[in-house]
Amino acid sequence: MPEQLLFAMEVTLNGLMAGVLYALVALGFVLIFKASGIFNFAQGMLVVFAAMTLVGVQTGQIPFAHLINTIFGTKVHHFGWTVPTILAIIVAGAAMVFVAWVIEKYILQHLIGQPDIILFMATIGMWYFMHGFAPLMWGSEVMKLDVGLAQGINETIDTTTYNWFGYGFFIDNLDIVAAIVAALLVTALVLFSQYTKQGRALRAVADDHSAALSVGISLRFIWVLVWSIAGFVALVAGIMWGSKSGVQISLAEVALKALPVLMLGGFTSIPGAIIGGLIIGVGEQLFEFAVGPLVGGATQAWFAYVLALVFLIFRPQGLFGEKIIERV
Amino acid sequence: MTFKRVAAASVAALMVGSPVMADLVFPSLSYRTGPFAAGGIPYADGFADYMTLLNERDGGIGGVAVSVPECETAYNTEKGVECYEATKGQGALAYNPLSTGITYQLIPKATADDIPLYTPGYGRTSAANGDVFSHVFNFPANYWNGASAAINHVLDLNGGDLKGKKIVLLHFNGAYGKEPIPTLTKLGEKHGFDLTTIPIDYPGQEQKAQWLQIRREKPDYVLFWGWGVMNQVAIQEAANIRYPMDQFIGVWWSGAEHDVKPAGDKATGYKAMTFHGVGSDYPVFADLQKHVVDAGKAAGDGSNVGTVIYNRGVYAAMMLAEAAKKAQEIHGVADITSAQMRDGLEQLEITNARMAELGMEGFGPEFKVSCANHGGPGAIAIQQWDAAAGKWSLISDFGGSDMDVIQPLIDADSAAYAAENKIEPQCN
Repeated sequence: MPEQLLFAMEVTLNGLMAGVLYALVALGFVLIFKASGIFNFAQGMLVVFAAMTLVGVQTGQIPFAHLINTIFGTKVHHFGWTVPTILAIIVAGAAMVFVAWVIEKYILQHLIGQPDIILFMATIGMWYFMHGFAPLMWGSEVMKLDVGLAQGINETIDTTTYNWFGYGFFIDNLDIVAAIVAALLVTALVLFSQYTKQGRALRAVADDHSAALSVGISLRFIWVLVWSIAGFVALVAGIMWGSKSGVQISLAEVALKALPVLMLGGFTSIPGAIIGGLIIGVGEQLFEFAVGPLVGGATQAWFAYVLALVFLIFRPQGLFGEKIIERV
Repeated sequence: MTFKRVAAASVAALMVGSPVMADLVFPSLSYRTGPFAAGGIPYADGFADYMTLLNERDGGIGGVAVSVPECETAYNTEKGVECYEATKGQGALAYNPLSTGITYQLIPKATADDIPLYTPGYGRTSAANGDVFSHVFNFPANYWNGASAAINHVLDLNGGDLKGKKIVLLHFNGAYGKEPIPTLTKLGEKHGFDLTTIPIDYPGQEQKAQWLQIRREKPDYVLFWGWGVMNQVAIQEAANIRYPMDQFIGVWWSGAEHDVKPAGDKATGYKAMTFHGVGSDYPVFADLQKHVVDAGKAAGDGSNVGTVIYNRGVYAAMMLAEAAKKAQEIHGVADITSAQMRDGLEQLEITNARMAELGMEGFGPEFKVSCANHGGPGAIAIQQWDAAAGKWSLISDFGGSDMDVIQPLIDADSAAYAAENKIEPQCN
């Protein structure tokens, strides 16, 4: 088999894996948009806050230590213990539920009935607030995230493909884990929305707020629920991305990768987020492989947006999004 | 009685609240927030702590207290320029903008305002030519020195022969990351190695395509010009593809503790260039601990003392303090102006004896600045990370760079700047 074809196959596989990671971030956006019509600009910061909280709890870090030390002249940083990973994930998940409750109680509740753009602006405000609040709580250092996930080349794939083609493919173990987790997450979300009372209520709110309210569904509860789920998805995305780069404020930038995925897959479709992520992942990796060297490289930053733009021209609602018709 | 109390309290409040007019002012354009805060905080802490040490231990510089007003730039060029404008009226003697983008914007402004810029290890490389850049100083090393030092290190490892070797420059896809390309291209022609440049766009969280290319091309060495999250991801990806860490060499902005720690044990062996010492095994750090950290006067919580970026802040502050001292000597006044500070920078001489007096023996090379040479010796050492020990170690002395290649590049670039801005040579 020609060498370039083998390389292209390897790049495609890695693109699929990268796409899963993009989709993980996009999922959080879709959940909130689907249930409330809000484009949550702060989703990237939820990823950061979730991951920081996980590491902070896991390593026994004292929240707001810098603030406490500055005010009281103390020198406290750690409780002196570490917390098992599973327990730390549960605590971080609980923290995201608390964040969801705070957002609903102090922001969304006061904006019911306001135009979508007002809600969108509110999420921009949340982004800025959390951008300052998260480092104030957990510090600005790069935090090492270790939840026991394997990283590095997968030996089995490397050996097998070497035996087949004479060239071993590189696939990162972490990417494989991310793909499995994403599949489980999507399955769980679909089962939740199809077969549970709360899931059906969530779908009812997504279809029609007023109708859902008229049959006794609590809009406040649904919003807390959906923001909690989005917070949990953010935690999962934070674990995957944070394992690669350490946890730091710039993790919020992964949201930039989710936007073209949403444009492509549609803002209201969970499968769309996955398919969109895979298309963007494969597309940008193959484009960089084939065209990158001809145009100076580093094409990933803009390719996804150009691809999304092309889709917007021909199918504004994305591949799986609902066509919105508004009477004027 | 009440009136007297109010008056006394007002006077006391004024005395506490007002700046001491005769302070030597070195504004710190810091970035403690934003995506690069992990690097900005220790640098700002080191810079401020050294100046505090001079105040606490020595009573300032030449008997005049030093003040370091901080202005937050978030590593944003526009904010950096705003900070410059907001603080220059406080009697600023010199600026260390801590950003190549901000430096480029400030070069014409600061020159017109007669305020020197000190940009150690960043900024405009060709500013080393003092004949053109009268108010910019970038000693002791710049990016082109760094590129040359990396190749010198690789030459040492290969018995002086790089013919047929493949070297990749993995770099941030911006002005900073592209800085070493002309030097490496010339050095490639000179030494016969093949240079491939692979850019990474900001923020660099996803580098799969770049590292797959490196895996395919199997370069003998990878040189790296990154910053921020790009660093941690690159080191992790190198570990993932099992690229030999001792053949992966970063510039000094890609060689801090927070860059290597996320990759854990797999980062062991990673190398980076440095133009100053590593660790806290120098007497000056004991003084910092005693007079600043333990006294509760540190800018941070003291946990960064001895880390790579903190040390760089200390080193930069030391240079400015020594230049201020020199300016006081030259002009015979304690309260120097920014113009006199510029003279101090231009006539600064750092000797090993002076470094020993400062408690920093071996922390950096000795050198002398001149009117024509604002770039210093370009002496750079290589440091290597040991994850088990959790520390960097110097594995080479501070060696010089290939000025036969670099000087013509500096001359050409600065001549173009001079022609464009109609600048007359100042060193005749």
